[in-house]
Amino acid sequence: MSNKVLAAQRLAALFIAGWLLFNYPLLALLGGLGTVAGMPALFLYLFGAWAALIVLVALTLEGRDSGKRRVPPTGD
Amino acid sequence: MAHGWAIALASFSYLGLLFAIAFHGDRRAAAGASLIASPTVYALSLSVYASSWTFYGSVGRAAVGGIGFLPVYLGPTLMAALWWIVLRKMIRISKDNRITSIADFIASRYGKSALLGGLATVIAVIGVVPYIALQLKAVSASLALLTSYPALAPQDADAGPPWSDTALYIALLLAAFTILFGTRHLDASERHEGMVAAIAFESLVKLFAFLAVGVYVSYGMYNGLGDLFTQAAALPALRSLLTPAGGGEAPTYGGWAWLTLLSMLSILLLPRQFQISVVENVNEDHVRRASWLLPLYLLAINVFVLPVAFAGIMRFPGGGVDADLFVLTLPLLGQQHALALLVFIGGLSAATGMVIVETIALSTMLCNDLVMPLLLRIDRLGLRRRADLSGLLLGIRRAGIVLLMVLGYSYSRVAGEAYALMSIGLISFAAVAQFAPAVLGGLFWKYGSRNGALLGLAAGFAVWLYTLLLPSFAQSGWLPASFLDQGPFGIAWLRPRELFGLQGLDPISHAMFWSMLVNIGAYVGVSLTGRQSLMEQTQARRFIDPWTHAGDMGPDSVWRGSAPAEAVLGLLRRFLGASRGEEAYARFQRENARRGAAADAELVHFAEIALAGAIGAASARAMLASVVQEEALRPDEVLAILDESSQAIAHSRELEQKSRELERTSAELRAANQRLTELDRMKDDFLSTVTHELRTPLTSIRAFSEILRDHPDLPAAKRADYLDIVIRESERLTRLINDLLDLAKIESGRAEWHAGPVDLAQVVRDAANASSQLLRERDIRLELDLPPSAPPVCADRDRLMQVMLNLLSNAAKFCDPADGRIAVRMRQEDDSLRVAVRDNGPGVRPEDREIIFDKFRQGGDTLTGKPQGTGLGLPISRKIVSHFGGMLWLDPAPGKGAQFIFTLPVAATVEASP
Repeated sequence: MSNKVLAAQRLAALFIAGWLLFNYPLLALLGGLGTVAGMPALFLYLFGAWAALIVLVALTLEGRDSGKRRVPPTGD
Repeated sequence: MAHGWAIALASFSYLGLLFAIAFHGDRRAAAGASLIASPTVYALSLSVYASSWTFYGSVGRAAVGGIGFLPVYLGPTLMAALWWIVLRKMIRISKDNRITSIADFIASRYGKSALLGGLATVIAVIGVVPYIALQLKAVSASLALLTSYPALAPQDADAGPPWSDTALYIALLLAAFTILFGTRHLDASERHEGMVAAIAFESLVKLFAFLAVGVYVSYGMYNGLGDLFTQAAALPALRSLLTPAGGGEAPTYGGWAWLTLLSMLSILLLPRQFQISVVENVNEDHVRRASWLLPLYLLAINVFVLPVAFAGIMRFPGGGVDADLFVLTLPLLGQQHALALLVFIGGLSAATGMVIVETIALSTMLCNDLVMPLLLRIDRLGLRRRADLSGLLLGIRRAGIVLLMVLGYSYSRVAGEAYALMSIGLISFAAVAQFAPAVLGGLFWKYGSRNGALLGLAAGFAVWLYTLLLPSFAQSGWLPASFLDQGPFGIAWLRPRELFGLQGLDPISHAMFWSMLVNIGAYVGVSLTGRQSLMEQTQARRFIDPWTHAGDMGPDSVWRGSAPAEAVLGLLRRFLGASRGEEAYARFQRENARRGAAADAELVHFAEIALAGAIGAASARAMLASVVQEEALRPDEVLAILDESSQAIAHSRELEQKSRELERTSAELRAANQRLTELDRMKDDFLSTVTHELRTPLTSIRAFSEILRDHPDLPAAKRADYLDIVIRESERLTRLINDLLDLAKIESGRAEWHAGPVDLAQVVRDAANASSQLLRERDIRLELDLPPSAPPVCADRDRLMQVMLNLLSNAAKFCDPADGRIAVRMRQEDDSLRVAVRDNGPGVRPEDREIIFDKFRQGGDTLTGKPQGTGLGLPISRKIVSHFGGMLWLDPAPGKGAQFIFTLPVAATVEASP
């Protein structure tokens, strides 16, 4: 698979993973946990998973093998 | 805090700053040094998604529904992951086709249909009006709070006559500002670089303001988030807000999923999002950064929503303060006036950004896809006489902006008080979601048709109107409340929030379910049952695969015929303005000269795309059609086309026939091959059987001969016995070899036949005589039943004799051993003679009836029973009979015994007379 196709597939996979992370039943699971270090577990989980998803999308689109046109490395 | 003049000064300074940025941005764009050619600016400008709803409404929602405000921002995050696939395609298509709005996009995809563009515009305008109302409500409420504090602005107060209502003046002010921003001049591509730069700036301002208030509340009023949450958890009312389905007004899990889906679609389809993400995009590659930077922005602006909401509930437990304004009330409570002013500016910023982009997008839509097509249709001649229409276009757009603001203001007065901010916004989201089947289907499904999109949009919109918009009027008293409780005219199953009795869903989920059901159902159903026109097919191809078709935008554009260049230039000048029109025309001439092509159709196509930017795809096509003399097909061209197609049909028929023949031949070949394989197997079987049959008598001859040689003293009687056996086996061997030779001769066709007229009855009598010795030995009675006279048959007498002897000896072998009887009957039937030989033996088993005619096969159980005879008699007889044109078969006669029958044709009279 070319880098472009691969990037698209990774993004689609991230989308599906995100949909699962942000919906029932995982939410119900986390909602029942109460608090962690004084903070609501659900609050931590939602923002944590959200941040993780953002990082993964960023890596997929702007990371090293994202299919972006790059200047070839010079020197040896 | 009643320093009204300070607030006014700050507000106008801020708006002035925005305007300066926009002005600077436009100047830079004109100079070719774009301010917005950066992926970060692109991502920031997309944050126009975060309007007053986010700034004020999220906290208000969190105060009653806990974490339930969040799906509205999780959805865009999910959709952003797909942007690289979906949004990039939309950008490419829109650039290739000069698409200027979401309505234009839909109209263009489905064959540049003016009707569809108009419908989409109506839906967008009506659907987004509540959203604009939301912004006005937020700004005027925050302003009222700021000026009247510490006296809290009374909720649900009568707003008084419109001329004393600040919201009206805010609306008009924003309209004026938007007109200055967006419609100072007419651009063929509808791009507003200055506006984008200003929007990117205001995104930073509102984020900064919200984070400032969040940090102040969490770390100034409390000792950090942990402390705040701990204190909140002590209140039972707040604890339940920490679960996603925590009761109260928190969404259920189903509602949560619907909200996520709804906001996913909105980030793509809201007119202002389309404007910023597609129309204003300068580089497709900017989508990369936006895909993660926008979600990051949304995350940042939402981190403090829940803490601020909790703090607000704890500080104002009585519910006397509007939760939507906690963001502003909390700093005021802490006497932080500068922070409060910053928050107000942030909120103003969020509202202004949304209103500017949304109304510009909608006014473009109104002008290009609704008003111009109507004007061109109704008053085409009047418009054609006008030398320069660019002024008219700008006028329509400015009027559109004012109209939208007035509509928004009216809605905020009618329904604004009855709803929280977020509930108003969601009504708009649900309206815009109606575009999803037509747009997403149009991007990925080739067969989506104009009629399908038209019907789907209309049906989905109608359901939205009935289940969301009308109830919002009823809620605020403009319609009788019984409309909600008892249904229209008391018809219970038509209750707009429990349509057909569907209960248990919140209003948004309920409306989304029904509207999407009819929308997608009609879109897919009608698309699959109808046919696309040529224009629709062309456009569908371009939209489904924009990358392949990017190169051949010219001749395939369904224009045939030519237009005078002056007429096309005239059109460009009229709609783009004189200087811009001529500039565009000159650009075309330059490019065309470089390519060395000079096709009329290309000029027309170029003009169509240029005009599409100004007046929409459907109108552009209509206008050009009025100047292009589309050539009618001449009769000889029609004939040529007919001829070509009939030739093609003939070719295809020929091909079909050839392929049928080929199939037949190959079937024959397959059959022949099978037959050959069978024959080969039969030959092998035959050889092994013959070897076996020969070896049996040889073995017994050799065995008895050895006994005789080795025991010279055997008694004479025994010796005679053994010799008898040797002789009998030798005879059997001889018979076998004779039969084999005979059969081989017959089969190879080298047998000698002496055909002549033969009296069959005489042959039967002779055979009976010849067998009499055998029959007597076995004590068998033979009955002959022969006609007194019969016509001769043409055959070889000796061969027929052989057949009769065979049948008789066969019958004798199997006769009843105690009381054997054989009956031979001969009759004439039409042109043939029929001889039946019947015995009273055990008969032949049904499964053996054909086998016994095979070589070396005998009836009965060959493994246990001793074989009698060579097993070649019947095959030879059958061959002889069939050689003379007759048949030999075993008749499954009733009763005991077997009956062999053969027929021979009567010889022709000529041959019969010697």
